[in-house]
Amino acid sequence: MPQLRIVVLVKQVPDTANVTGEAMKEDGTVNRAALPTVFNPEDLNALEEAIKLRERHGARVTVITMGPPAAAQVLRESLYRGADEVVLLTDKAFAGADTLATSYALALAVRKLGGADLVLCGRQAIDGDTAQVGPQTAEKLGYPQITCVSRIDALAPGGEAGPGDARARGSVTATRSIEGGFETLTSTLPCLLTVTGEANDPRPPSVKLVMTYKDIAAEAMPQYDDTYLDPESDEAEVCMIGRDGKPVCRARIVQWDHEALAADRESLGLRGSPTRVKEIESVVLAQSEARMVEPDEDGVNTLVHELIEEHILG
Amino acid sequence: MASQTGGAPERGAGDVWVVVEQHDGVAAEVSLELLGRARELAGTLGVSVGAVLAGAGAPVRALAPALVARGADTVYLADHEALTHYLALPYTAVVSHLVREHRPQIVLYGATTTGRDLAPRVASTLRTGLTADCTDLRIGDFTAKGQEYADLLYQIRPAFGGNIIATIVSPEHKPQMATVREGVMVMPEADESRTGTVVDVPVQRSSAAVADAGRIVLTDADFVVTLVRRVQKEKKVDLKGARVVVSGGVGVGSREGFALVEELARTLGGVVGASRAAVDAGWVSHEHQVGQTGTTVRPKLYIACGISGSVQHRAGMDQSARILAINNDPLAPIFAVAHYGIAGDLHKVIPLLIKAYRTKA
Repeated sequence: MPQLRIVVLVKQVPDTANVTGEAMKEDGTVNRAALPTVFNPEDLNALEEAIKLRERHGARVTVITMGPPAAAQVLRESLYRGADEVVLLTDKAFAGADTLATSYALALAVRKLGGADLVLCGRQAIDGDTAQVGPQTAEKLGYPQITCVSRIDALAPGGEAGPGDARARGSVTATRSIEGGFETLTSTLPCLLTVTGEANDPRPPSVKLVMTYKDIAAEAMPQYDDTYLDPESDEAEVCMIGRDGKPVCRARIVQWDHEALAADRESLGLRGSPTRVKEIESVVLAQSEARMVEPDEDGVNTLVHELIEEHILG
Repeated sequence: MASQTGGAPERGAGDVWVVVEQHDGVAAEVSLELLGRARELAGTLGVSVGAVLAGAGAPVRALAPALVARGADTVYLADHEALTHYLALPYTAVVSHLVREHRPQIVLYGATTTGRDLAPRVASTLRTGLTADCTDLRIGDFTAKGQEYADLLYQIRPAFGGNIIATIVSPEHKPQMATVREGVMVMPEADESRTGTVVDVPVQRSSAAVADAGRIVLTDADFVVTLVRRVQKEKKVDLKGARVVVSGGVGVGSREGFALVEELARTLGGVVGASRAAVDAGWVSHEHQVGQTGTTVRPKLYIACGISGSVQHRAGMDQSARILAINNDPLAPIFAVAHYGIAGDLHKVIPLLIKAYRTKA
């Protein structure tokens, strides 16, 4: 049976949950440089699902990110958590991409890897909260999608039946959260799933893997050649012995630009993005006009009385 | 906009559309809300309103008059057994086909789990722009690089964790598409005297692709995903309709502390709300969440207990008629949107409120 191939799409994002005063410029725009960056939280949940599936079924887990060179940090963090192979898409030509142009580059990268059985990504990134890149990447790959997945119920890897038989393609069953409930869907493989924070608690990084990868830098490797991941290869460098007693090869941060992806420039970055930002306004809080009430019995009694008088309270 | 055929402009060219979401013959509220805004946008643009309605059988067909009453001029009805339940691939095929055929300039979707599953797939199929989770839509002009674009759709949404409000446009690509949050557009009054047209859209289920431009052909490839089961509880938490909402945040401290919030809500005849932090802590379920990723509320009285007041939370409650904030940090941002503030320990203040209400009322 051929090895299951899982690709995880991740993003480095500004930590929007901890935006402080310094992060806003005087003109009301966001000073990204003043914000710490983090691994997009739900992408960590997607990676965790991938590692869990590998533990059950055996798989190669490849993580892809697109971003500036500094985004290599989320790939290092993916390696700390057990990713087998990582790819950084970085190029000025990718800059300014909206979700459509982003999904174009990501889909090309998945294709260049030879496709996948499962593509996993977080439901949405905390900087834009769009939840669009997952479905748009699926569409470009021609894969079906299950979004908002809170649980992967079952995975049947393909290859056990004859050609032409649906079972030969394998299947995945997943449960997604919907308003006031849930639905469970089964898809043939390949399929793209977007995963929510409900799915799991991501494991912490492995100390051993942190030691192995903390200083690793990205290398441009325009041709896709994964022989360095094969312990038998001369290119391979063993970093540790895995749980199954087999050597684990040291991964690299493979770096691809638009040429490596053979991408159409018109579909990339700002040029490939239908949407434009017309205007940005910062959310400015009005000066406080709250009437402060003393936190004692008299203060509270007066307030409640007033609210009843004004028919705010019944 | 040029006509596809070169002849007379076909029905719907340049219109404003709403892709209506329905489950078991019940239309999602946000779809009806969107028809109201679509009506206004279409009025500004001097075009008509189209509603795309997909599903199966009489209950879905019966929705068409309600869509007309809320503002649709034309209902494109795709009625086929294969469309009984929402599935991303066949619904994408239906919507994409209709957009290509009729060329609306604007297509709106509810920002529900269904709308946010469908709209990006359609946008990618049509290679057009899409803005997620809008809180406002307007018509306006746009200038870029000396080029002027008239009458674009301003797609207005919070971004960057709610710290900024961005206005997005899609100048070159049509249709302009957006998903819109439930509860932010005003539900239009149903006007039973309005008249409209129902266009039956021919749909065919086939094992393989057949060339037939006149109808939507759904093939086996559109059905590689199957619905195993769908469980939807009756909406028990009616935050949107509540007169009083009592919400708890991280300052409540514990599950036990949250019981105090619940008791205050019960006493005042209100509904329990929560900040995202309280939901993430597991003290209360997601259906109680108020804010950008939860429900938008507009009660007569909103009581925020131990909620610091992140932008995301404020976006979901700052339209409340009166806001009372209780927080032991007198500098918490929640006080900036509150009408009344009590800087103190909520574990002491809430029992005082309960006592005061019980004795006064």
